Amino acid sequence: MNVSFFFEVLIGGLLAGVMYSLVALGFVLIYKASGVFNFAQGAMVFLAALTFVSLLERGVNFWLALGVTLAVMVVLGMAIERVVLRPLVNQPPITLFMATIGLTFVLEGLSQAVWGSQPHGLELGIADVPMQWLADSTGMFISQFDLIASGVAAVLVAALALFFQYTRVGRALRAVADDHQAALAVGIPLKNIWAIVWAVAGFVALVAGMLWGARNGVQYALTFIALKALPVLILGGFESILGAIVGGLIIGASEKLAEVYLGPMVGGGIESWFAYVIALLFLLVRPQGLFGEKIIDRV
Amino acid sequence: MKRMTIAVALVAASAFSGTALAQAKEQFVPANFYWVGPYAPGGSGFGGGIIDFMMMINERDGGVNGVKLTWDKCETEYNNARGVECYERQKNKGPTGATVVHPLSTGITYSILEKATADKIPVISMGYGRTDASDGRVFPYIFPLITNYWSQNTAKIKFIGQKEGGMDKLKGKKIVNLYHDSAYGKETIPVLDVQAKKYGFQVTHIAVPHPGNEQQSQWLQIRQIRPDWVILRGWGVMNPTAIKTAARTGFPREKMLGVWWSGAEEDVIPAGDAAKGYYAAAFNLPGTQHPVMKDILKYVYGKGKGEFTDKSRIGSIYHTRGVVAGIITVEAIRTAQAKFGKGKPITGEQMQWGIENLNLDAKRLKELGATDLMQPLKVSCKDHEGGGAVKFMQWDGRAWKVVSDWIPSDQSIVRPMIEESAAQYAKEKGIKPRDC
Repeated sequence: MNVSFFFEVLIGGLLAGVMYSLVALGFVLIYKASGVFNFAQGAMVFLAALTFVSLLERGVNFWLALGVTLAVMVVLGMAIERVVLRPLVNQPPITLFMATIGLTFVLEGLSQAVWGSQPHGLELGIADVPMQWLADSTGMFISQFDLIASGVAAVLVAALALFFQYTRVGRALRAVADDHQAALAVGIPLKNIWAIVWAVAGFVALVAGMLWGARNGVQYALTFIALKALPVLILGGFESILGAIVGGLIIGASEKLAEVYLGPMVGGGIESWFAYVIALLFLLVRPQGLFGEKIIDRV
Repeated sequence: MKRMTIAVALVAASAFSGTALAQAKEQFVPANFYWVGPYAPGGSGFGGGIIDFMMMINERDGGVNGVKLTWDKCETEYNNARGVECYERQKNKGPTGATVVHPLSTGITYSILEKATADKIPVISMGYGRTDASDGRVFPYIFPLITNYWSQNTAKIKFIGQKEGGMDKLKGKKIVNLYHDSAYGKETIPVLDVQAKKYGFQVTHIAVPHPGNEQQSQWLQIRQIRPDWVILRGWGVMNPTAIKTAARTGFPREKMLGVWWSGAEEDVIPAGDAAKGYYAAAFNLPGTQHPVMKDILKYVYGKGKGEFTDKSRIGSIYHTRGVVAGIITVEAIRTAQAKFGKGKPITGEQMQWGIENLNLDAKRLKELGATDLMQPLKVSCKDHEGGGAVKFMQWDGRAWKVVSDWIPSDQSIVRPMIEESAAQYAKEKGIKPRDC
């Protein structure tokens, strides 16, 4: 076995896993605060990226476009809380889940109705080419774009962890996540908390959309990246930010290694479902995921 | 009261006969395409092209010998079930029913193949669909016109041969076939294997799972193989992702050659500068310089009746592909009218005759203002493909540049494979091939 190539595949997989984690983070935020599995996260990534790139193409300054898109995502988060979630408070989780499925189609349709269905290129000024010095010294082709994306993900995770751990809003979010009614009973404004967390999820969607959009172009298929986040969530746990990162790294590395070393034996194209095999194996051992909370019901 | 009743009856009767007369001078063509979803750029571009062309014929010529072309849109979402639903919903519209169907999806083509044959409605699957339907003896109502996938593939190998300095130079070369892991993607594996044996090159087939938005592992494998060329058989997001990932792993784009479903502006623009130098196959060429496109601009967009609000899409690859589909449709209607009655709407069965007797030679293409837009096309009872040649384009970062002449396909490889596959289908379905 070529050791250098093995490490190239491994590192490439870990870096791809970080990109999956970025999407998984949005799911975790909303699940953590409301117990809702937000099926619409992929559509939110698409809407954010499409809005941003469409503004850029209309000559809007980069930072202004970023600010306007962020504002759109915050307003959207608040609107979702007001129109979709508030009427469903105390409804079973499956009802809220179904509501987010409906929301997915609304957001996908709305995005294309407003901005059109054409794909766009997105240039963030970060070259997506292999680092020559690394290629010359080790023979490994690692893109600097991936390294920068990993840095962005690390900063985002650190900021969210601090936010949840050390701010009043963060503590309130955790209280709401534990028990809606108990949180309401001690005076935590559920409506505000949900609006905040959906707005933060909108911000995370914008970051993920910009990075994925710069990588593959901004087009409808961005909604599919939610499928990449699912095994990450199963493995890492639905309410753990750290789990989203570790899960992403494990899924990214294992699916790439499987595709390269096992794929040719079975005709290739296995990585998309192999990620779910890994996730299911973890599920058998730890049903709550690696970092999920173990729930014990007393009967 | 009696007089009043008679008067009302007369007015109603005259109104009815007026409607009937108006209907009698119409030819209905279903517009079953996709304007939303992941494949909307292709669906809306092609659909826009064919509708713009039919609108131009109505506006400029008053229809085909006075018969106005009509259409209704039906959103298929590139989904087989929706495609069948649209087919059923539209097939009886118009005074003579649906004239012809363009499913714009290999899956939908397969789904309606038997229904359309039973309903006697021709299906034109131009550049997609079932390759062995080129054998018209077995598939009388299915027309994979101009060039099918296998023909295209042999032309690609000829193009690579040209670039390498001759077909004999292919011996010992390595080619990777990076394909969408679907029936569409796998379609050309057998023909590539046959050519690998014939010319002595080594081919490796690498699958990309749907939708293809992550290809790091495939391209790392490609880097290990160190191929001379990579053939990209992608669709949708798989195309820009492949081009971008090639750049990330240091593979030269000047050694990448895409199928015509990987060769639209929508496939390269999202990849940005990484797409510079990338080649793609084409059976229609882009641009607004063709006289027929100028007429569309004048008679359709000049009157505010065009399909696109984004004018930059006029003359794009998908748009001109739709225009070519429009030309073929209208010319086949014209051919059928010449036999079954000029100035009268034709039935699906008559349209089938019209397509089978279509002859768009260089002279006719010039009259149509489409000389450099498409290749000459002659269809027959036996040959439902008609053309078979392919041109190649290279993306320069802003536009496609044509870099070859029409390169004919290798029918010595393709036709026997088509006939063998069609004969197998006929045997399975109990079809007695027509005597052509």
